[in-house]
Amino acid sequence: MSNLSRDDVAHVAMLARIQLEDHELDRLAGQLDQIVDWVGQINEVAAADVPPMSHPLPLVNVTRPDEVRPSLTQQQALANAPDPEGGRFGVPRILDEE
Amino acid sequence: MTARDLTRLTALQMADGLAAGEFTSVELTQAHLDRIERLNPSLNAYLLVDAEGALATAANVDAARAAGEDLPRLAGVPVAVKDIACTRGLPTTAGSRMLEHFVPPYDATIVTRLKDARMPILGKTNMDEFAMGSSTEHSAFGPTRNPWDLERIPGGSGGGSSAAVAAYLAPLAIGSDTGGSIRQPAAVTGSVGVKPTYGAVSRYGIIALASSLDQIGPCARTVADAALLHEVLAGHDPMDSTSIDAPVPPVVAAATGTRDLTGLRVGVVKEIAREGYQEGVSRCFEEALQHLRDLGAQVVEVSCPHFVHAMAAYYLIQPSEASSNLARYDAMRYGSRTTPEGSPSAEQVMAASRDAAFGDEVKRRIILGTYALSSGYYDAYYGQAQKVRTLIAGDFTAAFEQADVLVSPTTPTTAFRIGDKLDDPMAMYLNDIATIPANLAGVPGMSIPSGVADEDGLPVGFQLLAPAMEDQRLYAVGAALEARLAEAQGGYVFEKAPEIEVQA
Repeated sequence: MSNLSRDDVAHVAMLARIQLEDHELDRLAGQLDQIVDWVGQINEVAAADVPPMSHPLPLVNVTRPDEVRPSLTQQQALANAPDPEGGRFGVPRILDEE
Repeated sequence: MTARDLTRLTALQMADGLAAGEFTSVELTQAHLDRIERLNPSLNAYLLVDAEGALATAANVDAARAAGEDLPRLAGVPVAVKDIACTRGLPTTAGSRMLEHFVPPYDATIVTRLKDARMPILGKTNMDEFAMGSSTEHSAFGPTRNPWDLERIPGGSGGGSSAAVAAYLAPLAIGSDTGGSIRQPAAVTGSVGVKPTYGAVSRYGIIALASSLDQIGPCARTVADAALLHEVLAGHDPMDSTSIDAPVPPVVAAATGTRDLTGLRVGVVKEIAREGYQEGVSRCFEEALQHLRDLGAQVVEVSCPHFVHAMAAYYLIQPSEASSNLARYDAMRYGSRTTPEGSPSAEQVMAASRDAAFGDEVKRRIILGTYALSSGYYDAYYGQAQKVRTLIAGDFTAAFEQADVLVSPTTPTTAFRIGDKLDDPMAMYLNDIATIPANLAGVPGMSIPSGVADEDGLPVGFQLLAPAMEDQRLYAVGAALEARLAEAQGGYVFEKAPEIEVQA
């Protein structure tokens, strides 16, 4: 049985903001279904009472003094921008055309 | 000493030779640059060579030494940096089209440390895109080739660094190990690679893959050389909140100390040591165990029953963290932008840019991670993987009550052929079956070469694992075994690599 259909992959890809083309979907969907099926074996492990581990180190609230330090200039911050505009990051429209 | 002889020295010999005035850092650096110019077209180990910068550092060190200045141990010894570490003013791509033209405005902490140690930085080494892969075939800039056989992979993701070190294009290199990306490339190129304890080395300025797994470490030809670089890299950094605020374990002392292992308990991890390995890999492993016994160690078998689920847990946790980390590549503030026709929205530009600039493996993992974290599937996938991670860490704790170090072969096979596993992601993932548990638990691991497989003449890696913050144990045992093997095999494994034939 398929865990992850071609439509599922297209949907999840769009959640991740990747516009897959048809030929890519053809290639990736089968592979991802196989991978999901394989990682799903993790559910065979009886772990209901086991606490989750998100990190190797038992760190709690690591803080540092809130002090002003040298930082990037505006020019440096914009140097890698695809569309710098008037000292700001130029972005495409964020609203619908209608 | 000829230029060829200079590149053949260990980093330790280079440091001593520089200190004794036998040669200069400019000569040493130029010898490497010349070799890179000749061989890199065949190997593709370096994505970028910074001859000017490296020679400037070298000249500076030579002048300081001539003036009688007190210099750090590795001052003047060149180093290569994996293209995952930000270098101010030098393009940093992480092997991706997404960052093809990215020039970082700041240095990663480890790069600052290399500069403070006054080590000439030769260039940036090739890697699988965003460190996702075990062969360096997923680099957007072409695969790196294994110096032992140019038709074979040099491991991954750090295949550029392992190939550079194995081919004498650098005595030392930086690697990053999220699931084995330092140790597996070391194993298949006959070199040494160390993943320190999680948090031992700062991640500030390192392009993130999976933040709870990523670990920077040294690549070298000998255990002592790796220790010297380890001490340069390690230590607390206030810029990385996960960096350990404790003294660096005495790794150099361990690597250059006693070779007597009397009383040491070596645990063979049943689940990752005995089954499914290529014949020559198993034979070299068993021989290494006998050498450890001869050195006085007691070899015992230990069981880590949950390791059989480590791969599945890893391929949920790592893609989940990666999908989150790589969300930053939105084509707005930096990185490649692709604008579809018409008057596209920001969302459409993002989706088109990410489709155009990410390779297949990156897309697979982002989609897998997004799925594992998505509503309705979280508990069954990411949540369950985190619980299994706890069980794997518990297995390590129990095993280290029975043994001082744990051992296994580093990889199931020797280097495979370029192209063999490219279309089968699952087969590619299985290369990391023995290295992944250490990343999940955060414990340190090392791969040293233990011999050459009879059937294909390719090097085999031996993996050592130690408890967190006990990195020096890896170096003590690794150095003792390395010396013993060199004695028994008539030289180091890396010396047996054939000369590379330059492409016409």
